[in-house]
Amino acid sequence: MASSRNFIALKSILNKEIQRFMRIWIQTLVPPAITISLYFVIFGSLIGSRIGEMGGFDYMSFIVPGLIMMSVITNSYSNVASSFFSAKWQRNVEEMLVAPVPNWVIVAGYVGGGMARGMLVGGIVTIVAMFFVDIQIHNIWVIITTVALTSATFALGGLINAIFAGSFDDISIIPTFILTPLTYLGGVFYSISLLPEFWQGVSQINPIVYMVNAFRYGFLGISDVSLTLSFAVLGVFIVSLYTIAMVLITKGIGLRS
Amino acid sequence: MLPALKISGLTKTYKGGFQALKGIDLTVQQGDFFALLGPNGAGKSTTIGVITSLVNKTAGSVAVFGHDIDQELEAAKSFIGLVPQEFNFNQFEPLMKILVNQAGYYGVERKLAVERAEKYLKQLDLWEKRNDAARMLSGGMKRRLMIARALMHEPKMLILDEPTAGVDIELRRSMWGFLRELNQQGITIILTTHYLEEAEMLCRNIAIIDSGIIVENTDMKSLLAKLDVETFVFDLKPNSAPKALDNLSSRVIDDHTLEVDVNKSQTINAIFTELNKQGLEVLSMRNKSNRLEELFVSLVGSGQASVDSAVKE
Repeated sequence: MASSRNFIALKSILNKEIQRFMRIWIQTLVPPAITISLYFVIFGSLIGSRIGEMGGFDYMSFIVPGLIMMSVITNSYSNVASSFFSAKWQRNVEEMLVAPVPNWVIVAGYVGGGMARGMLVGGIVTIVAMFFVDIQIHNIWVIITTVALTSATFALGGLINAIFAGSFDDISIIPTFILTPLTYLGGVFYSISLLPEFWQGVSQINPIVYMVNAFRYGFLGISDVSLTLSFAVLGVFIVSLYTIAMVLITKGIGLRS
Repeated sequence: MLPALKISGLTKTYKGGFQALKGIDLTVQQGDFFALLGPNGAGKSTTIGVITSLVNKTAGSVAVFGHDIDQELEAAKSFIGLVPQEFNFNQFEPLMKILVNQAGYYGVERKLAVERAEKYLKQLDLWEKRNDAARMLSGGMKRRLMIARALMHEPKMLILDEPTAGVDIELRRSMWGFLRELNQQGITIILTTHYLEEAEMLCRNIAIIDSGIIVENTDMKSLLAKLDVETFVFDLKPNSAPKALDNLSSRVIDDHTLEVDVNKSQTINAIFTELNKQGLEVLSMRNKSNRLEELFVSLVGSGQASVDSAVKE
């Protein structure tokens, strides 16, 4: 009885979230495709042709997995951050809070919505990439697992950001000042083996390095870090962020007075 | 039979130290039409917030149809339908989606949810707007949308926080009729309102809250029986030039209007006897104000006095 009720509630939140980003597709799905096309044109075709090979592959093929992952990270995060904050701001989050929806269902529903957008945008960007480069797949299961776990990680991050946020500015601070620098320094455009030893060490505390490299392994079969370590990092992040999100929602931080 | 709502020793102190509820006890029986009245900031919305788990309580207990919100929160929530004071739906979503999603949160299958949405949208005269975004609705329509939304899981108890605020008289009366029908179907209704006439017309039992304390909790008839004096306004023929009436407390307002206070020991006949003595002809007569309003003012005033004295001590 309760499990069937929870399943319907989860489906309702997921539907609502997916319909939300599909309704505003021009804001949510088109911009990443345009941005990534520009990256391919500038970094891939124009500059990339002068760079030569990286990790045994031409530069364009090397950056494709990182660029797809960058879109997945950004979109998973911003979908949940903006949707949940908007629900707080319009107070329609109360629709769920007054209903017998367990907190884990609320978290799973929003995270699922963020993952759906992240992976859909990832798919669109992959299709765009096919116009510039022949995509090769080394291990499809590594690709699927990495993209699912990464989008879940950043959707959870977006949810926590939205719970704490008091204004729309607060949901753009972390993506601008933390997420973007970490992504750019996360080995999207280069192999961290090119860095001086000290900066290679510093890069290893950047979690995005593990996600980008695991994803690149799925496509090209090369990685700067161990695949096992990458999945371990993702696992630790998901468990930690899920626990934090659950504690915050259970205590009603930013939601209940 | 278990009460629909039982509140015991409920207190709420907000972060800044403001004590909104100071240990209230309240019982609402199943099937009741109950009014919770109080001035702004008295604690009505905080009480509703605690019952519906939107506000964390500081101490005390709340049970809904026997389910304590500390032990069986989800069971307790499933009995309640809430119509909040402020619009809290997604302004960009169509009405149908708002209602179907809300039903989904309570585990109602989509097919049944669509049927119920159609039923309530038609009953509340919103069917034509079903595909419009909620922000396109007028204020009165938005209020009705929130009532429809609260009914989607067919709750046994409906809590309405100022449901007719800003709604015109015609619409308010049609909403009263709708609420009466719901109550007749067995739904327990708890209502907070600023329109005291509304409480008097609809509710059987009443609690008055002031400064976080319940200052009165009784049935409407007993409460109104406490009213010692009623004031009647007499509209007389123009240029009647009335004088104050003998043996009655009265005031001449102008050359054709007279106000008369009547206490419980006096009859209306006595007024007419005095009016006849002056040869005054009455065109119409009416109560000066809503009876409940007079009681409310006197009770809330005394409640404030007791709080003030308690603070001084």
